[in-house]
Amino acid sequence: MNFDFSPEQEQFRDQLRRFLQKADGVGQSRSVLDNKVQDYSTPIWHGLADLGVQAIAIPEEHCGLGLGALELCVAAEELGRALAPVPFLSSVCVCAESIRLFGSEKQQAKWLPGLANGSIIGTWAFADNTGDDTRFQSGTLSGTKVPVLDGMIAQVIIVVTKQADGTPMLTLCDLAQPRVERRPVKTVDPTRPAARVKFVEATAELLPKCGAGGWQKLSDRAAVLLAFEQLGSAESSLAMACAYARERGAFGRKIGSFQAIKHKLTDMYIKIQLARCHCYYGAWAIATDAADTPLAAAGARCGAIDALDFAAQENIQVHGGIGVTWESNCQLFYRRARLNALLLGSRCEWQDRLVASLKRKLRRESEAPAKAASEA
Amino acid sequence: MNFDDTPEEAEFRAEVRAWLTQNVEPRPNGSVLDLNARFLRARRFLAAKAAKGYAAVTWPKEFGGLGGTEIQHIIFLQEQAKVDVPTMHGSDFFSVGLNLCGGTILKCGTDEQRHRFLPRILRAEEIWCQLFSEPSGGSDLAAVRTRAERDGEDWLITGQKVWTTYGQFSDFGLCLARTDPAVPKHRGLTMFIVDMRSPGVEVRPIRQMSDEAEFNEVFLDNVRVSDRFRIGAVNDGWKVALTTLGHERSNAATLTFIEWQHILKIAEQAKINNQPAIEDGRIREKLVECWFNSFGVRLMAYRSQTALARGAVPGPEESWAKIIITGQGQRSAIAAMDMLGALGSLTAEELGDSWNPVEEGWYWAPAFRIAGGTDEILRNILAERVLGLPPDVRVDRDIPFNKIKHNGGSHGQPGDAVWKSL
Repeated sequence: MNFDFSPEQEQFRDQLRRFLQKADGVGQSRSVLDNKVQDYSTPIWHGLADLGVQAIAIPEEHCGLGLGALELCVAAEELGRALAPVPFLSSVCVCAESIRLFGSEKQQAKWLPGLANGSIIGTWAFADNTGDDTRFQSGTLSGTKVPVLDGMIAQVIIVVTKQADGTPMLTLCDLAQPRVERRPVKTVDPTRPAARVKFVEATAELLPKCGAGGWQKLSDRAAVLLAFEQLGSAESSLAMACAYARERGAFGRKIGSFQAIKHKLTDMYIKIQLARCHCYYGAWAIATDAADTPLAAAGARCGAIDALDFAAQENIQVHGGIGVTWESNCQLFYRRARLNALLLGSRCEWQDRLVASLKRKLRRESEAPAKAASEA
Repeated sequence: MNFDDTPEEAEFRAEVRAWLTQNVEPRPNGSVLDLNARFLRARRFLAAKAAKGYAAVTWPKEFGGLGGTEIQHIIFLQEQAKVDVPTMHGSDFFSVGLNLCGGTILKCGTDEQRHRFLPRILRAEEIWCQLFSEPSGGSDLAAVRTRAERDGEDWLITGQKVWTTYGQFSDFGLCLARTDPAVPKHRGLTMFIVDMRSPGVEVRPIRQMSDEAEFNEVFLDNVRVSDRFRIGAVNDGWKVALTTLGHERSNAATLTFIEWQHILKIAEQAKINNQPAIEDGRIREKLVECWFNSFGVRLMAYRSQTALARGAVPGPEESWAKIIITGQGQRSAIAAMDMLGALGSLTAEELGDSWNPVEEGWYWAPAFRIAGGTDEILRNILAERVLGLPPDVRVDRDIPFNKIKHNGGSHGQPGDAVWKSL
């Protein structure tokens, strides 16, 4: 039994945490919100590149570190804890991962080295239920995707389109071409900016190794990584609320001494602990390509959405009136919580994926004894 | 990350599995046994475990344990959970002795007490109960009023205890009593071992809403206890009690009520609006919650096991598991009943054995949300010890116990009218 990160992975976490504390992720997010910094924090992005964060899972032959999913999970958690405004999810967790998993040799050689050192930023556009009409035909892509995270700063995009039979497929599109039109869109979280991207018979290519299950695999992996990011942000929200409850006085005592506040903060803690357990299971599943990956990913995703939404909401509540002001950092977590809950499919979708996995698991379990008996 | 055993762990697991295969009695026709049959079956099984050292894997060999590691203990429990052994409500007469009292004597008792009591607890020869809660103080355990007064080499104990699990079958009880009422409440308590057959001990079973009677009231009237049966120093009983409570909470986290498979099977068969219940989003939400919470607690146990193997010492951090598992047991039972509509009101006697876990969750989860630290007390503990929040205002903390206004103003005495009038 070894259901935790290794000492080396924990060492990497410490290193990353120290860097992000110094770089002040929350402060950088605040600067993006106040339009003092455009789109994302370049100092943090470059610092991460120095630490090799973008290169973690990219093979050494493409200038990466050749590490695995577990190290990506650690990085995601720390970036979430620091609320760092960088395109880690888009570029590293989805774009680079899809090219690494499903791209041709040529596509990998062209894009992975730049993605690995952070000089190229990539993103993705999900096949969602927003009236998506994107189609891929004879090497060209047409249609509109919105919202596309980091759409204004990305150079390359992975677009999910549906084949005639409804199967999702992944296409790669170089955004530096006149047949792509993009403009920023406003979302609930300006610290993670998004765009509307219109493809007008834009040149694109398939990721050839993405079979029928490719999108499912990619989204399961992305869900686990995003769940770790949410977990980190939830712990920060809890820490912020606890710190305030220890300092703020009312009725002649610190508000943290009241059971109403204590129990609220404990409920945050419990949701976070449960989410953490499921996130670890998700990490193990994607790191080992386990049969339970769809179930584990859905568990991590649902738990992390619940934990961060709750923590961000109740952090404001503990702060009282000051929590809803522009000056308070509560809003940064509140915004990030909601946006993260909606990316990659909302809780409703993941809950249904979870139920589908449980049904399959029950079938397997009920067939297994029968099979064992017949073999015996 | 992996869930694999080390070679040593795998070897131990194989030994345990082989032993269990040979030593677990099949239930006659797989049927539900009556109380007496369950009692005898549980006693035979525990005695067999004791002979092998498996009854207390982590205890020293000297006292009948295996001298094994925490990890081996976990492995044993994992393997035991896979076979049909008497472990849950209505059949586990020995767990209070084994898990709570035995652990307390091992840690806080004298060598004489260890040699006298531990082997007999392990062999299921003597049954134990916990004489902690009182009518006037359950959550506020340090407010116990049962008095122990010195009488030569002995103590005389007088008072009333309540919620004493299996008190009616017990040979001995671990009793928290007040030895100095003139100091603040936590500082005037002492722990004793009470022989439940002594003159002056009267046990009255409490009929519970499940129509079972596992809890009792215990009346103590000048019960004579030798000073050699005192555990820990005089007036140091609170520390001893915390040891027992720590065992009780971690033990409660291993409870299971209704498994998600059970809820899913019902959801596939039951109908809501002429559709299988599982097609209903509200039911899917409940299924997800059931799986998420029960599997989440299992995953927590894997994390603890990893931490133990790396040399960590468990603290109060995991008290949340009891809150989750008991609350979920109650909610899952209600969800199962809801899916059946009016049929869900029938008892297991009518619906068959497969309904037992639902009934058990409905009747027993509420009791376990209270026993061993209520949901609310556990939240206070987590808030203060893990999250570092300031303590609540405790108006009685620094006041001598005999100067406290009890029950918010009435100056009650042990076994007073407030409780009896209910």
